[in-house]
Amino acid sequence: MSQPASLTWLARHEFRLGWRDWVSLLTAGGRTRARNATIGLVAFAAFMHVFAYWTVASYADTNLAFDTAALVGITGTLVLSWSLLLSQAMESVTRAFYSRSDLDLILTSPASARKVFAVRMGRIAAAAVVIAVLLAAPFINVLAFLGGSRWLAGYGVVAAMGAVATAAALALTIALFRIVGAKRTRLIAQVVAAIIGAAFVIGLQIAAIFSAGSISRYAALQSNWMLAHAPGMGSAFWWPARAVLGDHAALVCVVTFGVGILCASIALFSRRFGEHAVAAAGVSSATVRQRRWSHGFRSRSQGHALRQKEWTLVRRDAWLISQTLMQILYLLPPALLLWVTFRDGHESFVVLVPVVVMAAGQLAGGLAWLSISGEDAPVLVATAPISARRVLWAKVEAVIGMIALIFAPIVAVLMLDAVFAGIVCGLGILTAAAAATLIQLCFRVQARRSQFRRRQTSSRLATFAEAFSSIAWAATTALAASGSWTALGPAAIAFAILAGVWLISPSRA
Amino acid sequence: MKQDRPIALALRGVSKRFDRPAVDALDLTVYGGEFYALVGPNGAGKTTTLRMVVGLLRPDAGSISIEGIDALSDPVAAKQMTAWLSDEPMIYDKLTPYEYLEFVAGLWRIAPAAAEERARELIGWLGLEPHAHERCEGFSKGMRQKVALAGALVHDPKLIILDEPLTGLDAGTARQVKNVLRDRVRAGGTVIMTTHILEVAERMADRIGVIAGGRLIAEGTLDDLRQQTGKSATSLEDTFLALVAEQVAAA
Repeated sequence: MSQPASLTWLARHEFRLGWRDWVSLLTAGGRTRARNATIGLVAFAAFMHVFAYWTVASYADTNLAFDTAALVGITGTLVLSWSLLLSQAMESVTRAFYSRSDLDLILTSPASARKVFAVRMGRIAAAAVVIAVLLAAPFINVLAFLGGSRWLAGYGVVAAMGAVATAAALALTIALFRIVGAKRTRLIAQVVAAIIGAAFVIGLQIAAIFSAGSISRYAALQSNWMLAHAPGMGSAFWWPARAVLGDHAALVCVVTFGVGILCASIALFSRRFGEHAVAAAGVSSATVRQRRWSHGFRSRSQGHALRQKEWTLVRRDAWLISQTLMQILYLLPPALLLWVTFRDGHESFVVLVPVVVMAAGQLAGGLAWLSISGEDAPVLVATAPISARRVLWAKVEAVIGMIALIFAPIVAVLMLDAVFAGIVCGLGILTAAAAATLIQLCFRVQARRSQFRRRQTSSRLATFAEAFSSIAWAATTALAASGSWTALGPAAIAFAILAGVWLISPSRA
Repeated sequence: MKQDRPIALALRGVSKRFDRPAVDALDLTVYGGEFYALVGPNGAGKTTTLRMVVGLLRPDAGSISIEGIDALSDPVAAKQMTAWLSDEPMIYDKLTPYEYLEFVAGLWRIAPAAAEERARELIGWLGLEPHAHERCEGFSKGMRQKVALAGALVHDPKLIILDEPLTGLDAGTARQVKNVLRDRVRAGGTVIMTTHILEVAERMADRIGVIAGGRLIAEGTLDDLRQQTGKSATSLEDTFLALVAEQVAAA
């Protein structure tokens, strides 16, 4: 048994909390759910292994030489994955700073706050490493099964990437605390995390569009410019890629570097982490004054009052805007592709239409959750003299209104290129948005808006239905825009998804 | 005397069961212009009763009439005359008090000019003027409670129902809330309030209803309740404890 308040004792406590969080996230406390979650995880692992086989099997037996093209390709993939890990780690570090759950207990206890926070940072790193390893495992397993054990070195590289991502996230977040202060760090860190997660993919796609006219992120990595400007073969920059390819010396260096930088960060930042956590805990929401109320109360219908309220709440919440509109960021590459090809006189709508429709569906799903489930004053609305049907209808109108406003410029530009495609795209956007809203209506729950990030875990069924519905409507619209009758196929699937959702909807019970 | 007044709220045989009966064939009458306090031990069914009155729960049996309107068959008309305030009211963090009141007035379809005047009045009464144009996200519990109370009053309800409205409020804020409620009753409004603070019920209420096990076990003025226990000159606390003890013994 370890001594109370020692590092190992605290680590065991953190591990127990982390394990229980993870189990309750998967099972929501139910035995049936636990069984279903286990079956789901096994099925997902199997699916991922099949997917990995399909994507990487052809590389397994190849005796990859340490040539620049291979190293650039592998390094690019690693950096891409690392940016996502960094994004996740920043989220976790920010949450740890601002979560007040047990802070009072910790800081009023005689235990060393430095030790507690060191262990907490270790937990964040462990979570980042576990997630990275779990996601990479199918690919590494397939490569090792088909191409030999040398590929197992990938596990070491991925674990080191998780450790470095956590160290970087700690440094970035603490730097933000020092630069912008405790009040603003939360929002900025979350926005930065989201942008880091998206920017690398989007940047590569934009580079690919300009260099090769393709939206593939790998086109840029294999371009002549990139190969010509890559560092020399002996550079330490290639160590991770060399380690993946089975270079044991490189693997030892990468793992040592990862563990070393993480330990150094924990040692360096654990004292400051505590100080900043205290500062964050003392931050109450900043007072925000609105423009002086000059126009007076306006005459409006009940529906208008509800719509206006929804729009105002979304407009004023910078964090929510950053979260919901992040999907719009992904529209940048296809929009750029449209512009590039439109400039050259090619018809590009076939590429653009499904992306836009898919994004509209996903965005509408998020907005619908906020509007329908994330009602912060449900009792006020429920006790108002307005029927529940009218309330829901007003909220649907608010969502569709926002989608129409956001996507109207894209549809307008598209119509300059092809009127028919533009009209079909507009209809597809509204249909996908309506379908996503309907799914959220069927799976509506009562939640706080601040739980927006967790909405996907509260109903995985709704999340999957929303995604598949958006995909089906995207395919339908793309085929319809190109004048093909085969559009009826995905449309039928989309309707089947909606019918299925309606049949199993908890709100029908 | 009370019987001369119109009935503001009438519950007849109202029952609600969750895993066990929460409210059991409850009959309750509250008259117009009356301040009625509903007291009872934890889990007695007070909140469930009031949530049924305001349409947040549907009873399994019985009828609810608000100002002569059947609240179960015409909930919209009943809600037009009612306001509800809970102990932890939810307001919109990103709206200012003025914007919140404008939204509430819109939901209750109150003419903008009248609602605006009323909003200014309420904000003044409740001492919210310095914060009227600040977003509610930084407000303390007391300030949030005041904003919610202003929201409950901005549409000038005939019947205002409050569930533990003074819980967690400082003395100054609690006094402001009590003053506003007293003014409301003086102006002819009806107030029904649940509370665990028996002194508040004793001082403010015209009549007190004691509920236990989902049934109304005693009702009346403080003197009426004392007579029921057969102990004069005791506090409401002693009377209440005696009534509840009798109920437990009977059960």
